[in-house]
Amino acid sequence: MSRNIFFYLIFSFFFLIFLSFKSYSADTLSLKKQSWTFSGLFGRYDTSSLQRGLQIYQEVCSTCHGLKRLRFRELEAIGFTNEQIKEYASTFEIQDGPNDQGEMYTRPGNPEDTFISPYQNEQEARAAFNGSYPPDLSLIIKARKKGPDYTYSLLTGYVDPPNDLNLSDGLYYNPYIEGKVIAMPPPLYDAVIQYIDGTNPNLHQLTYDIVSFLNWVAEPELEARKSLGLKVIIFLIILTSLFYVTMKNIWSRINNK
Amino acid sequence: MAKKFKNKTLAWLDYRLPIFSVLREALVDHPTPRNLNYWWNFGSLAGITLLIMIVSGLVLSMHYVPHVDHAFDSVEHIMRDVNYGWLIRYIHSVGASMFFLIVYIHIARGLYYGSYKSPREVLWWLGIIIFMLMIVSAFLGYTLPWGQMSFWGATVITNIFTAIPLIGDNIVTWIWGGYSIDNPTLNRFYSLHFLIPFLIVGVVFFHIVALHKFGSNNPTGIDLTNKKETIPFHPFYSIKDFFGFGVFFTIFALFIFFAPNVFGHPDNYVPADPFITPSHIVPEWYFLPFYAMLRAVPHKLLGVIIMLSSIFILFVIPWLDTCKVRSSKFRPIYKQFYWIFILNFFILMWVGSKVPEGYYLIISQIATIYYFSHFLIMMPLLGKFEKTLPLPDNIFIMSTKK
Ligand code: HEC
Ligand code: HEM
Repeated sequence: MSRNIFFYLIFSFFFLIFLSFKSYSADTLSLKKQSWTFSGLFGRYDTSSLQRGLQIYQEVCSTCHGLKRLRFRELEAIGFTNEQIKEYASTFEIQDGPNDQGEMYTRPGNPEDTFISPYQNEQEARAAFNGSYPPDLSLIIKARKKGPDYTYSLLTGYVDPPNDLNLSDGLYYNPYIEGKVIAMPPPLYDAVIQYIDGTNPNLHQLTYDIVSFLNWVAEPELEARKSLGLKVIIFLIILTSLFYVTMKNIWSRINNK
Repeated sequence: MAKKFKNKTLAWLDYRLPIFSVLREALVDHPTPRNLNYWWNFGSLAGITLLIMIVSGLVLSMHYVPHVDHAFDSVEHIMRDVNYGWLIRYIHSVGASMFFLIVYIHIARGLYYGSYKSPREVLWWLGIIIFMLMIVSAFLGYTLPWGQMSFWGATVITNIFTAIPLIGDNIVTWIWGGYSIDNPTLNRFYSLHFLIPFLIVGVVFFHIVALHKFGSNNPTGIDLTNKKETIPFHPFYSIKDFFGFGVFFTIFALFIFFAPNVFGHPDNYVPADPFITPSHIVPEWYFLPFYAMLRAVPHKLLGVIIMLSSIFILFVIPWLDTCKVRSSKFRPIYKQFYWIFILNFFILMWVGSKVPEGYYLIISQIATIYYFSHFLIMMPLLGKFEKTLPLPDNIFIMSTKK
């Protein structure tokens, strides 16, 4: 009996240590949690939100960030027709070549092209931002912990720096980024653009739309994945139940003897 | 041995090449204890997972490009352009976690019911060899997508070899195929990652040969004496294994379709960059307990020795455990130490994900010491001093009483 008490003491000792450390490490800033249309078992993208997101990317983010894994033709999935895509793509200037003369040339984009970075190379981009680099945004949502909420919090999280912090030019204070100092000027604020579809462009709406769009770029398979997933799970549950019944049936041959 | 087959062609072939009778012996007639519980499902689950890993890996290898400039892009190409490429890749990456989960439970089952004891020592050894091959294979596989964690994980782990006195640096250069982790490293990691699972299949074969020599252990841990205590594998355990597959596949599918990246690290969606060190390099969750022991000692070589010993010690526990009674069911004190050991393993896993400073360092040291004490102190001493409960005469007493 006394032995048992000894063991429970050890158990609770470890458990307490564990608990105290959990709360100790939890003092980091918590994210602004949003309810995303694409989260959960039945989550789906909201096409009009994605289209608005594309507009924001085009008019704001694309001055600094590329989206190199997204081809124009993939915009079909968010509700554009082939004609619209062709026309849209042709408004981009793409460098190509070399041609027969060995020269590089520019041509209008076609649906196979991607949203490339506005900078020639990483060095040029870093030079423009005192050494910081605006990353390609194709996978940014998957490349951050709790990607959608993190990006939302980051884009809406700019505040004045604490008094004792002197920021040099081109640096901004944002408690959500690692190190709390970021080289990106606040890209979004109320009415930074006018939506084509007339939606009210307040900061929340803008951020929600761009994050949804970026999530779609990072996980274009999400809807196919979730709808296939539901079918597979239902199938597996039925199959497993059948196995269970069969198993009970077969085992009753010996268990009842 | 030669069993009669009704089909003439089959009988003719089997007379000359007895694979069918061997298979029948192993998968149909094999006498199995009738009291096995669900913890005995995990062996067949590990087998099916290995198969899934090989098939999904084979498909991935048809699209993957092992080159530092293309690896990351080729994985994204699989995710975006290959038909159902995302499914194949998520099966493979989630599958690795599932594989370890299953094998950990499988090993824990063996520890609880004393399945490592005579006459199953070699069976147990083969299992540990499989586990070690899995570790190597999963480590190599994780480098292949060439994300930040791939690169820096490979850096940390290969740097371990510099701890070897005198020739350490040369060995690391040899492993890297150069003076830094670069294309030659990725290439050889890929070919070894491709090879090792097939080696595992080979060891699994011997694992099963050894298993069938004395048959499965069982929850009572006692030797079977009576034919009535066994039932043929088919249909009783074949159907039970299928039920297990069903439950497992459902859980597996939930992760693949609804949370495919929970086991992964977000940094691995950032392409590898040798000039930017991530603020916090952590291995996959299944390596954390061993990573914790590696870093518990501030001395590099000692840390490596301790980490390797934590696995090698498993080879000798058939002799460290001096108790003749196999199953913990009849070992009231050992049973409690067993659960503390499991808890301690989780603590190691948790502390392995922390930076080894301050209290974390102390906790990891205590937990490491406890890990080894379980094998080196508790096992030998309890065998001598513990009063075990009386064993039943046959397995039926147990199964009717409980
Ligand atoms: C004026 C140029 C500029 C514009 C416009 C801009 N960004 Fe940035 N962005 C940057 C720079 C520079 C960085 C790198 C910051 C750093 O590392 O300090 C960055 C970084 C980021 C990051 C990564 C933060 C992290 O966790 O590392 C995200 C996400 C991001 N930008 C999203 C956006 C979005 C969405 C938009 C459009 C609404 C946008 N940016 C518009 C310059 C810009
Ligand atoms: C023991 C079985 C195996 C284990 C534990 C294993 C583990 C892993 C892991 C952890 C990854 C990284 C996953 C990621 O983050 O994307 C990976 C990638 C990969 N594996 Fe395996 N693997 C196994 C078998 C195989 C086999 C048999 C093949 C080939 C025939 C293979 C081919 C690949 C390829 C091509 C990749 C890179 C693609 C990718 O990262 O998604 N694997 N493996």
